[in-house]
Amino acid sequence: MELFYFIIQQTWMFVIPLMIVALAGLFSERSGVINIALEGIMLIGALFGVSYLHLFGDAFSPQLNLIIALIIAGVSGMLFSLLHAFASIHMKADQTISGTALNIFAPAFCVFFGRLILGTQQISFDNLFRIESVPILGDIPFIGPMFFQNTYITTFIGIAILFVSYVLLYKTKFGLRLRACGELPQAADSAGISVYKMRYAGVLISGLLAGLGGIILVVPTSTIFNATVAGYGFLALAVLIFGQWKPFKIFFAALFFGFMKTIAATSNAIPFLVALGIPSVVYKIVPYIATLIVLAFVSKNSAAPRAEGEPFDKGKR
Amino acid sequence: MKKWLSTDGFRNFISSCVAIAIGLVFGLIIIVFTNPSNALAGFLNLLVGPLEMGMMGIGRVLFYAIPIIMTGLSVGFAFKTGLFNIGTPGQFITGAFAAVYVGVHWTFLPAEIHWLVALLAAFIVGGLWAVVPGLMKAYFNVNEVISSIMMNYIGMYLVNYMVKLTVFDEMRSQSLPVATSAEIPKMGLDQIFRGSTLNAGIIIAILMVVLIYVILNKTKFGFEMKACGLNADAARYAGINEKKNIIMAMVIAGALAGLGGGLVYLSGSGKFISIVEVLAPEGFNGISVALLGLSNPIGIFFSGIFISYLTVGGNLMQQFGFIPEIVDIIISAIIYCSALSLMIKIFLNKRKANKKNKIKEVKE
Repeated sequence: MELFYFIIQQTWMFVIPLMIVALAGLFSERSGVINIALEGIMLIGALFGVSYLHLFGDAFSPQLNLIIALIIAGVSGMLFSLLHAFASIHMKADQTISGTALNIFAPAFCVFFGRLILGTQQISFDNLFRIESVPILGDIPFIGPMFFQNTYITTFIGIAILFVSYVLLYKTKFGLRLRACGELPQAADSAGISVYKMRYAGVLISGLLAGLGGIILVVPTSTIFNATVAGYGFLALAVLIFGQWKPFKIFFAALFFGFMKTIAATSNAIPFLVALGIPSVVYKIVPYIATLIVLAFVSKNSAAPRAEGEPFDKGKR
Repeated sequence: MKKWLSTDGFRNFISSCVAIAIGLVFGLIIIVFTNPSNALAGFLNLLVGPLEMGMMGIGRVLFYAIPIIMTGLSVGFAFKTGLFNIGTPGQFITGAFAAVYVGVHWTFLPAEIHWLVALLAAFIVGGLWAVVPGLMKAYFNVNEVISSIMMNYIGMYLVNYMVKLTVFDEMRSQSLPVATSAEIPKMGLDQIFRGSTLNAGIIIAILMVVLIYVILNKTKFGFEMKACGLNADAARYAGINEKKNIIMAMVIAGALAGLGGGLVYLSGSGKFISIVEVLAPEGFNGISVALLGLSNPIGIFFSGIFISYLTVGGNLMQQFGFIPEIVDIIISAIIYCSALSLMIKIFLNKRKANKKNKIKEVKE
């Protein structure tokens, strides 16, 4: 049972960042801009968030400090995504190319910033943020150990982001307009909506969430940031597609991917899986193969926003 | 002369040059910011360092250019046919593994053809790795960018596993060295470019550049593929089998990237597949090379050498205390600017159109 709880607790640490970054992709793509730069934005968010923890790790109480780091990560991700927004919205650039440029820039910049400003490429921080057990809730049998023990505040922030995203996209005027810009921007334009503004909003929210996702991935799983987020930005793209561009489906997709990641990372320590004798590479590649299969089946009536990747052209019908 | 100046090709060339200039200026700013006292020496080292080393420097530049010319050709060829092949890292590494496997284990082959068979294996496996995105695009209309990204990670994990299973050097946690007969012959190039490890790989790369140029510009096959890239509906209406063309384009692109992997890991100069969970950087560099070379095979050849030159120069800069990652920052700035170049081109076209209109008005 201990092992079971351990796996569940570990799973959250993969699921939450994956979900947040996939939601980041959701906002951008729903507004009509492909954001392949999620990986790069995660890196920038993690870089500045972790740098804050490295320099001012004991400025305030641990939880407050973590929240400040989260804000810094989100804002820096947002600023970085502005580059992508400018190129793909105002300059009508090819969105995949501009995203690729950001992805090349970010890891190099992380090394550069680390060496130059902090004097080390491997930015370390003290992990003081683990919550042994949430008061009262952590004592509930069965549910307590699964959800409220050995956890991080980021888990609950992530769940909150999920609900806020859903409400924002489906229950507000803003969300309706954003989605319209991703489906048929000319129609939105003729209804008096500024497509440019909505797309900027989409990409900036995307940057905010991806930056957050970057630090939320690094903090629980490591005590060092070494200019990498291990391809989670690209994995999040897969989660986004697996989740068919819908918030709650994205949550379940992230759950599946996160669970497979956990199994792959811990399969040597789980007696049941060791007995099965399946090499861990299988667990590693199953999420990707599953995504390919899902893609093949659903693409005929794809749920992808119809205008994604197309620069907005007012005169087009 | 004037006519030539106003061609699309020339305008594209100009916008590439502008992008490069902006990227270099950006790099200079960062260098100055890092260490003002050494900035000029460092920047000069980046720009002329490899040339100052004479034949050795040129040899090194050519050697590092081999893989990125191949992956650049892969991306560029796919671009010409309307596909974005971001799957080069996966195709590159699976091709590399195939070459290493044949190079280590198939020693029963005669020495003269061993290396050729190993390269052929890389070529074929790289092509096979790209079949999946091709089929999915042709028959299920799945965006090839997404499926290629999935194939990249599948390839990376699978190659790590297969290397451990079949050609593992446990002492160093990397692949075993290939048999000497599987190493690409040097053909005296390492003597001409003394001090470098240049081999016949560069000749193969040049042959591929020419081959792709001929296929794209001088054959019906290439014409059909370009037609599909420009407008798939029109191509279908004209009786072109666009499904077949999409698959073929992906396979050729994948094979080129796979061959690039073979050329690197059969060079016999200290390159081994190490077990790391990082996508092959040569693959992503191919995207930069293709973008900068405007997807034209000849352009790709030169942009591959240019980026390789910057990389060698960046390594030289280390002696002045600069990190080689500055080169990546410069390249990303160049790519970003070339993404914006559409706007520059629209601007140039508009100016031209305005001029014409004015002339018309005057005449009327």
